[in-house]
Amino acid sequence: MSVVNVPLKDGTRAVSRAALDSAAEARMFRRPSEWRIFWEAFSRDRLALAAALVIALVCLAAVLAPLLSPYDPTVGDNDLRLAPIGTPGHLLGLDGQGRDILSRLLWGGQVSLAIALLPVTVASVISVVLGLVAGFFGGKVDMIIMRTLDVFFAFPAVLLAVAIAGVLGPGMLNVMLSITIVLIPYISRVAYMATVTVKSELFVDQARVSGARPRQILLHHILPNTLSPVIVYGSTLVGIMIVLGAGLSFLGLGITPPRPDWGIMCSDGRNFLSVAPHVSAVPGIVLILVAMSFNIVGDGLRDALDPKLRK
Amino acid sequence: MLRYLVYRVASIVPVLLGVSIVVFLMMKLVPGDPAEAILGPAASTEKIEMLRRSLGLDRPFHVQYFRWLWKVLQGDFGMSIAVNVPVATLVWPKFWNTILLTLGSLVICVLVGLGVGVVSGTRQYSWFDRISMSLTLVVANTPAFWLGLILMVVFALRLGWFPATGMYSMRAAEPTVSDLLHHMVLPAVTTAAVSAAIIARLVRSSFLDVIRKHYITALRAKGLSERDIVLRHGMKNAMPPIINIVGLQVGYLMGGALFTEVVFSWPGIGLQIYSSIVARDLPVVQAAVLVTTFVFVLVNLGTDVVVAALDPRIRRA
Amino acid sequence: MGEALLEVDDLHTHFHLKKKTVRAVNGVSFAVRRGEIVGIAGESGAGKSVACLSILRLIPNPGRIERGRILFSGEDVLTKSERQMRELRGQTISMVFEDPLNSLDPAFTVGALIGEALILHKGLSRRDARAKAGELLRLVGIPDPDRRLDNYPHELSGGMQQRVMIAIALSCDPALLIADNPTTALDVTIQIQILDLVKHLRDRLGMGVLWITHDLGVVAKLCDRVVIMYAGEVMEQGDVYSVLKRPRHPYTRRLIDALPKLGRPDQRLMPIEGRPPDPAHLPVGCPFAPRCQKARVECEASAVPLIETGDGRAVRCLFPED
Repeated sequence: MSVVNVPLKDGTRAVSRAALDSAAEARMFRRPSEWRIFWEAFSRDRLALAAALVIALVCLAAVLAPLLSPYDPTVGDNDLRLAPIGTPGHLLGLDGQGRDILSRLLWGGQVSLAIALLPVTVASVISVVLGLVAGFFGGKVDMIIMRTLDVFFAFPAVLLAVAIAGVLGPGMLNVMLSITIVLIPYISRVAYMATVTVKSELFVDQARVSGARPRQILLHHILPNTLSPVIVYGSTLVGIMIVLGAGLSFLGLGITPPRPDWGIMCSDGRNFLSVAPHVSAVPGIVLILVAMSFNIVGDGLRDALDPKLRK
Repeated sequence: MLRYLVYRVASIVPVLLGVSIVVFLMMKLVPGDPAEAILGPAASTEKIEMLRRSLGLDRPFHVQYFRWLWKVLQGDFGMSIAVNVPVATLVWPKFWNTILLTLGSLVICVLVGLGVGVVSGTRQYSWFDRISMSLTLVVANTPAFWLGLILMVVFALRLGWFPATGMYSMRAAEPTVSDLLHHMVLPAVTTAAVSAAIIARLVRSSFLDVIRKHYITALRAKGLSERDIVLRHGMKNAMPPIINIVGLQVGYLMGGALFTEVVFSWPGIGLQIYSSIVARDLPVVQAAVLVTTFVFVLVNLGTDVVVAALDPRIRRA
Repeated sequence: MGEALLEVDDLHTHFHLKKKTVRAVNGVSFAVRRGEIVGIAGESGAGKSVACLSILRLIPNPGRIERGRILFSGEDVLTKSERQMRELRGQTISMVFEDPLNSLDPAFTVGALIGEALILHKGLSRRDARAKAGELLRLVGIPDPDRRLDNYPHELSGGMQQRVMIAIALSCDPALLIADNPTTALDVTIQIQILDLVKHLRDRLGMGVLWITHDLGVVAKLCDRVVIMYAGEVMEQGDVYSVLKRPRHPYTRRLIDALPKLGRPDQRLMPIEGRPPDPAHLPVGCPFAPRCQKARVECEASAVPLIETGDGRAVRCLFPED
């Protein structure tokens, strides 16, 4: 049948469907790479893209703090203490000790971001291993690992983080260790569920179709499928940990002064709330913005990786 | 149902045991020697040895653990290092103050969360939905301690509508309920805010899921009004995940109350934990964490049971 | 057969999405008489379910009934208020759906689900509703009805779930029962039981039945008349015996040919090649033309009218067979 231009009910015209030749049909069905699919889906979500940009800019600013920061964040100008936002030369004002807030924000970003990113990353690696082992081997191993994690699940997360950090003592390493410990049960559970799901699908296929395969190859299949939910969950967790990390610093359980971080900056401003609320308010706003961005990116990743929503 | 109840209750015993082990071990993690910490760096080695023996620190770990556990089960949490009174007398009254605050927060966060969530969920894409979803996104990512500070600045310091700190007015002759409530507003709102936002988003998505289900169309085909469908069928089906999350939020509320108590100087167990950590008074920290976690486990048990009562499919599993 | 119960006249139902309009139903007309079982047959996506949901005005946003009349007992359903529609639904016109497990609220017992319609429409008390529900379960052939009343949907087998759906649909003595593919998810043996049940109920209660299916075997077994739909239009209709024995529309012939025939195991299966057209981009001419062996240029050039042939049959084809 020849190609015919057929009139459609809505006034346009189109090629008659049965006229498509096999080459065109084949072109319609060739699959682009996984990365391409993911990127197309993710970039369709404008909000997620904007949030990702915000995160990139903030991280860049924090990393480049030594270059970008107009002043030394630990040195104070006695005359300009508590100067408000918009004071000439100090865009975001100064704190109770006369230190420039913008500079402290930039330098503080290094700590606040690190407190969130490092523990989530380390905990994710450990959790993926735990989840894979427990989910794949099942039986006694599964029980031991998951029951132990259940005990940690029994604690309210914030309480556990505060208790561990408190018991270990102040210091950035201790805060990160505390957060890592608190995160492991949560991420492990996500990894475990993903492993169990994939394992139940694969086993049926493997057993029937090709017989036993080396465990290495199975890990090749299970691992990627476990990674995506962990990555999605991890991105959302980073946002939450930025807030929790700041909370621990606020309580004095985090890094020691004079190094700034966003949580300590809020705590510093407590004494001046009535006269100079901007000292506490500004770092909080930054916290909200960054945490929100990670939250949005996490949602965006989830939607982009969900096979049901792909075209 | 009964079988599920028994099974669920029995399963918390090993968990609680594990929790006690973790709490015990946590205290052992502390750098430095406890006897030295109590007596101070100037004490002689003999005195330290004597104290260690009397505290039972020279015994093997598991013996120490069981001695400690036995005492705890009898309500003896040891002596506070900082204040030299039994830990129990410090912990219990504060515990009830935190329960009060948590209850107040729970009421706010469930009412607001449910209300906003149901309205948004049943009116997707309306202006209410869009505004509430943007607002909840911001609030869900707001640090509780910061929100407390801001609310304090605006409503207590600037506007003077509410007191800035404490549970009761210092000047009042005796505590009254209205005084208590007046003091509770800001801390409760602060503690509830993040959870309310999370619950609102969850209720909304839970409702959206349910409304799309096929049995809803079937119910409309029966001639039921939208109101009946939402209130009777929608609620019953949307509830289990919501109740699950509300239960989890209680845990968050108890943890988040810590920040609120510190900001508003609310004399609860969170503030106690904080000051004890600062004072390195570890027996108090240990007891407070143990008690709070115990309650959290019980609350989770309660939520699981309620969810199973509502969703018949879970009981079978 | 009694007088006309339902008359659908030139129904158009479209879904207005952001970037396109899906034309699910385009000018469909058919009728159901009292005591008659009319089948609507066709491939998936032909618009059968949408047409029937339109009758009860259950089309969700962004769908809209653009044009047409739906006369039930002489009154146009499309002019009624929402409250009047709720009176009709579940009471005078009731509906049974395809996937019974997903069409029954899992949080309620069978007794509660059946009783709900009774309490709502007939104002029965809980106790009376429960008693009537038990009778209905007996009517649809469920053994040990009183125990079943307290079961939840997921505790029943597929066949029993479907019987429960039918019980719910019959609870308020409807004049018209609309069934959307209720037996596809079931075993063939159970399917036959359900079909027998429906026939038996029709004989006993005298209601009209509208039965959607894509299985012509079901049509042959159950229906008095059949309406063949494709791409939102009626291609052919008439009494079941003549349409299936002497189909006039090429599409109907292909549907019949596609059925595997018992007793001829060496015969090759004959599926229809190609796919139905995208309902968002429907051609102006005959929608089946691209897949039709006998199509000519005139078929795709302009719309093909539905011609009634006087013997109770109608066909929408420029070159019908005979």
